[in-house]
Amino acid sequence: MLTKRIIPCLDIKEGRVVKGVKFLGLRDAGDPVEVARIYDQQKADELVFLDITASYENRSTLIGLVEAIAVNIYMPFTVGGGVRNISDIRDLLNAGADKVSINTAAVKLPELISRASLKFGSQCIVVAIDVKKEADGWKVYINGGRTPVDLDAVEWSKQVAGLGAGEILLTSMDYDGTKDGYDLELTKTISTAVGIPVIASGGAGRLEHFYEVFARSGADAALAASVFHYQELSVKQVKDYLKDKGVPVRL
Amino acid sequence: MIAIIDYGMGNIHSVQKALESFGQETSVISSPKKLKDGDKIVLPGVGAFDDAILELKKKGFDTFLKQELNSKRTLLGICLGMQLLFERSQEARQEKGLGLFAGEVRRFDPRQVKKIPHIGWNQLKITKPSTRESDCPLLRGLAADPCVYFCHSYYVAPADKKTIEATCEYGFEFAAVVSKDNLYGVQFHPEKSQEEGLAILKNFVELC
Repeated sequence: MLTKRIIPCLDIKEGRVVKGVKFLGLRDAGDPVEVARIYDQQKADELVFLDITASYENRSTLIGLVEAIAVNIYMPFTVGGGVRNISDIRDLLNAGADKVSINTAAVKLPELISRASLKFGSQCIVVAIDVKKEADGWKVYINGGRTPVDLDAVEWSKQVAGLGAGEILLTSMDYDGTKDGYDLELTKTISTAVGIPVIASGGAGRLEHFYEVFARSGADAALAASVFHYQELSVKQVKDYLKDKGVPVRL
Repeated sequence: MIAIIDYGMGNIHSVQKALESFGQETSVISSPKKLKDGDKIVLPGVGAFDDAILELKKKGFDTFLKQELNSKRTLLGICLGMQLLFERSQEARQEKGLGLFAGEVRRFDPRQVKKIPHIGWNQLKITKPSTRESDCPLLRGLAADPCVYFCHSYYVAPADKKTIEATCEYGFEFAAVVSKDNLYGVQFHPEKSQEEGLAILKNFVELC
C-alpha cells in the first residue's frame, strides 16, 4: 500500500534554514546540510528545500547548496524558489534535485508547466500554490506570499493538474507557522478536485495535526518545518503516532 | 567497476553517490566505447520515453544495449531506464523500446487509480520462489515487504510473467522488479530509498 509521506521543509535564506510565522518574522534554524542529514537519518520520506529569497544574484550559491545537500541524503529531494524557466529547472535537476517546485513563474506563464513536464516528465514538476482565504474564496498569492493574483485556488489547482504538473504543494498562508493544525477544508477541497498528489503545508504543531490532515482531508503527504527544526517533534515520533492510529506510513 | 550511462536524461549523480557510499567504484560513460571488460552497467533515467531513446541512439547505446543479452554483461535499468528495456511504450509517439524484455509500458488508468503519478514509498511484494526457478539475487536479504520510493506515471507490463521478481500494489499489482538472465529492472529509485535501496544496489554489485 502506498504510504503517507512526512516531509520536512527547509526554508532557505542567505544559506541558512529559517522559519517565520505566516511568512513573516524569520528565525534562524540551522545549517541546511546538517539539518538535511538529520532528517535523512530520521527516515523522513522526502525533503523539500525552498529558497525563499530567490534572488537571481544568489543563483550559483543556491546551486552549490543543492549539490551539497544532495550528496548527503538518500531520499527524494524537491527544490524550489525563484525557478523561472526550463534552464533553471535543468540546472536544479543536474545539481541533484529530483523534483523542482514552481510557483510565481507558473502563474505568470502557465505554459512553463506543460513545457517542463513534457521535457522532464510530470513526476518531477511540482507546482507550489500559496493560498489565503478571502471573502470571495481562496486566493492565490505569488512572490513568496507578497502579491495577490486574481486566481481562485481551486480553479488554479485544476488548471495546473491539466497542464501536466505531477504534484501540488499546497500552503495555507493563514495557517503557516501558527501550529494550529493544517487547513483541512482547503486541503480536502483541492485534493478531491485534482487527480494528482497533494502535499499539505502550513500549520503543523502537534501530532494530532498530522493524523487529521491524512484522515480528514485526503492529503497524500504532510509537510512541516518549525516542529521539526526546533525539535518539538521528530519524524519518527510523527510516524509512530500515525502508525498507531492506523495511517499507513513507512517506519 | 559499475558504468553509469549518461545520456543527458536527468540526475546520474544520485545513483553514482549511492554506489560510492559503500565503496563501489563507478564511471560515468557517454559512449559505449568507454565501457571496459567486466563492467556492470546501470541505465538510470527520468523524463520522456522518446527523448530517452533518441538520446541513446545519438550516443550509439541502442545497438550496443540490444546486443547485451549475448555478451552476458550485467545491467540494471532504473525507472525510465527499466521501461526502455521493453518493446514499446504508450508514452512513445514514434520510438520503439530496446525490446530486451517482451511486453509494453502502459500509463496508469485514472479509472483504476485515484492519483497519477504514483509518488511515494510503497511496499514491494517479492514474488514467491515457487513461481520462479530461483531467487532474484537483487532482492536477497531484504526485510519483508520493504518500502521503496516510486515516482512514475507509467508501468511495465511484461509479456512473460516469469520475469516478474516483485510487484507493487497501486490500485492493482504492477511489476516493480523484473529480471531475465543478466538483465535487471526496477521501477522504483533504489538510490532514493535509504537503507533498503542501498541494500538493493549492493546486491546488484555483489550478487548479480
